[in-house]
Amino acid sequence: MGVNTADDRLKQQLRALQESSGGQLNANEIYELVRDVVRSMRGDLSGADLKILTEIDHLATCIRDARLEIASLRPDEISSRYIPDATDELDVIATATEDATNDIMEAAEKIETLAESMEGTAAAALTQAVTRIYEACSFQDITGQRISKVVATLRHIEQRVEGLVEAFGEEIEQIKRDPDKPSGIRRKESDEALLSGPQRAGEGRTQAEIDALLAGLD
Amino acid sequence: MAVDMNMNVLIVDDYKTMLRIIRNLLKQLGFDNVDEATDGSMALQKLRQKHYGLVISDWNMEPMTGLQLLKEVRADNELRNLPFIMVTAESKTDNVVAAKDAGVSNYIVKPFNAATLKTKLTKVIGNF
Repeated sequence: MGVNTADDRLKQQLRALQESSGGQLNANEIYELVRDVVRSMRGDLSGADLKILTEIDHLATCIRDARLEIASLRPDEISSRYIPDATDELDVIATATEDATNDIMEAAEKIETLAESMEGTAAAALTQAVTRIYEACSFQDITGQRISKVVATLRHIEQRVEGLVEAFGEEIEQIKRDPDKPSGIRRKESDEALLSGPQRAGEGRTQAEIDALLAGLD
Repeated sequence: MAVDMNMNVLIVDDYKTMLRIIRNLLKQLGFDNVDEATDGSMALQKLRQKHYGLVISDWNMEPMTGLQLLKEVRADNELRNLPFIMVTAESKTDNVVAAKDAGVSNYIVKPFNAATLKTKLTKVIGNF
């Protein structure tokens, strides 16, 4: 079969495949089809043509393996779970530091009011100390800005990863169907799996609940 | 000319903690008439409603940044001579140059201390 006939055969087979799958072709189907056509041409080609086709075949295999490799990293988990978890934690940090800073400021303001009713070196020393507290509390503004920058960066990465998820959707579904394939993200094992860090408001157990739980386990 | 310690001062920052800190430090220096705004557009509204002797503004705010606020102030016939101090974490040369070109009166980098605030205020509004 010459190259032109191979083109016709390829077009025919692509058309048939498209019709049978309702116009939706996936990368694997196209790959298999091209591979079949290439294999069927082998007997009719010159040595040079065969070498090129073998290279193309090899490239197609590399591309397919690379796509599977990337999909095995589970970018869908990165964008749907790990990045949102990270940004949520950062938001909680920002809120917690703001609340704590306001508590400190309130206490310092009370001390300053008391100092105003005093006289002498004690009053001056207290006022100076309160000023140092105000100055130190400005850390919250800086950390808040840094956290906002990190969150913005993570959201940008999340968008890029979502693009990957879209591009490799098929391979990701394939990986999901085969649970024995590693996801590419190290899974927590045994005792390490117990480490979750501080719980957010409303999650986790209160001290009273833990005391009751311990008492129940005795 | 003596500084009017009763002047109205407008402080602008999107972090409420920073507004509280600056207000308290200004109070220690003797400035009790302090108003607040959490972004440039709110600040501009207040500046057009009441007479202020000084603006102390952050840079990174939305929807209007401190730099945009400064430019609006300098473009307004009623406000263009208003002393305007930028207090910001932005510390690159380009930032300082841009603020200077826009007509900033002075520039304080965060984190700052009370002594720096007093020094810069003195340079802008005079000894007090």
